[in-house]
Amino acid sequence: MTTTRPPTRRTSARTTARTTPDGPAVEVRGLRKRYGTKQAVDGIDLRVERGEIFAVLGPNGAGKTTTVEILEGFRRRDEGEVRVLGEDPQTAGRAWRARIGVVLQDSRDQAELTVAELVRHFATFYADPRDPDEVIDAVGLREKARTRTRQLSGGQRRRLDVALGIVGRPELLFLDEPTTGFDPQARRAFWALVRSLREDGTTILLTTHYLDEAAHLADRAAVVRAGQVVALDAPDLLGGPAARRPVVRWLEDGAWRSERTDSPTALVARVASRLGRPDGEVPGLEVARPSLEDVYLELIGDPAALPADGPADPVPPTRAPAEAPGTPDGTSAVVAEEARP
Amino acid sequence: MTTTATTRRAPRTALPGPARLGLERTGAELRAFFRERDAVIFIFTYPLIMLAIFATVFDGQDQGIDGYGVPFAQYFLPGMVATGVMLTSFQSLAISIAVERDDGSLKRLRSTPLPAAAYFYGKVGLVLLTSVVQTGLLLVLAATVYDVPMPWEMSDGGARLATFAWVFVLGCASGAVCGVAFSSLPRSGKSATAVVTPVVLVLQFISGVFFAFFALPTWMQTVASVFPLKWMAQGMRSVFLPEQAAVLEPAGSWQHGATAAVLVAWLVVGLIVGARTFRWRRRDDG
Repeated sequence: MTTTRPPTRRTSARTTARTTPDGPAVEVRGLRKRYGTKQAVDGIDLRVERGEIFAVLGPNGAGKTTTVEILEGFRRRDEGEVRVLGEDPQTAGRAWRARIGVVLQDSRDQAELTVAELVRHFATFYADPRDPDEVIDAVGLREKARTRTRQLSGGQRRRLDVALGIVGRPELLFLDEPTTGFDPQARRAFWALVRSLREDGTTILLTTHYLDEAAHLADRAAVVRAGQVVALDAPDLLGGPAARRPVVRWLEDGAWRSERTDSPTALVARVASRLGRPDGEVPGLEVARPSLEDVYLELIGDPAALPADGPADPVPPTRAPAEAPGTPDGTSAVVAEEARP
Repeated sequence: MTTTATTRRAPRTALPGPARLGLERTGAELRAFFRERDAVIFIFTYPLIMLAIFATVFDGQDQGIDGYGVPFAQYFLPGMVATGVMLTSFQSLAISIAVERDDGSLKRLRSTPLPAAAYFYGKVGLVLLTSVVQTGLLLVLAATVYDVPMPWEMSDGGARLATFAWVFVLGCASGAVCGVAFSSLPRSGKSATAVVTPVVLVLQFISGVFFAFFALPTWMQTVASVFPLKWMAQGMRSVFLPEQAAVLEPAGSWQHGATAAVLVAWLVVGLIVGARTFRWRRRDDG
């Protein structure tokens, strides 16, 4: 989705960024973390540049939250080098914590205070906080400012979490699966909020298991599987050109045939002449480029994904993206369609 | 968010200090405490209700042995004051910190530049204010409804108030740090009340709160002597009972030195254990 953005956007994000030491926002090399016998993180390398939205994408249990919580300073790593805003999160102090914003995965705390009380209270922790009322407006909770936290809906609760995460004017904001459980409308509103934060110069590191979220928000995404980065690129380039080779399918001798090729037109011409039908048609012909979702499912090793090469099992040519697995609420399928080149 | 860019102030000042943030935390703690009505009723009015029930049921009776006795309400009040301090310090912190650890409040605070000290100052502020209010209410109830003589009405009122002050402060402090240490024991926020309440109840029964301490079996008195509640109750009796009531104590005196020593010992042990076991995250959270 990067292609749809105005070309000046990255530049403007960078120029509004505060004067900070040079170097990337996050740099991780060879990160490992083991729980008992489970190697949760198995040699992850990451580099998040200042001013970008970086997504860590992967299924549940892939090691996303462990990685992010190591970067936030909550967990100790077993191995590897980690620099967040130039410091080691394991030893960084208050001044460093004032420069990051953290939105944790699940939150049901501080139930008795109102939205405005909480945002104002958290603002007092910082040297140079944002104006609490402006933050409440920015996350769209003005109507709920005097409501106690326990009475907020899930989406409102999450926006309060973001308000508390950004009120300290962080240089780097961590969002851990921020839209899990949102309805599609709330999710779109939340994405707009995240993008506006980036416009304001905030670097954002986001974990998600929703492909469409990464596609909509991220400048770059790392796909994590079993504690390792299996792909890292702009969301619409993930997997490289090979993963996007078109698949040609047709019906020959009563059986479905399919082939991956970089030159689908030539292949179709060859098949047409081989079949030699009087009307020149190839029965059941379909040329399909793997959708972002197909690529993603393949990367995370979903058994339902297309095989990387060679003829596939017979697949009905009418196979629609909405039938693809791994879309619990169906929203990613819709977006995968939009995200097609 | 683009609007916030205009209000941005270029020079960064230093982060606010722990003392100021401690005040902010105290405010937030108090607001949250008084909004949780069930907890307020349980922790806050429990000693008032107990005092009212016991003083009404045993109205006109004396607590005493060998021909010496003091009116029931007068003997009962010091134990209730000590219990109240234990509830607002130990029980309140042990449960609330366990809940805050479980629901992620602590983790969220840990992700901000709030210093750990400020979090604990906030808890101390909460404990002190709720203990003062609770003790005040108990004294008002005892003085107006049950005609219990107040220490400042007695001839040695100054010395009694001084004793009250140090027993109260030491009791709050040791109760609070033990509450912080104990908060790591419950496995979840839900189990916190179930784990903490029996401890408090048992201590109340063996420490001379519900029954006159002199009437308890010797072994029970010995067990109770290990824990701070017995000493807080005894210290409070020395404040509210006539001087000659010291004969009702098993030791025959108020034992102020031993009281201070035991409370300070628990304060130190609680501090060490609390500092070593305190966690910002749940046990099952990595």
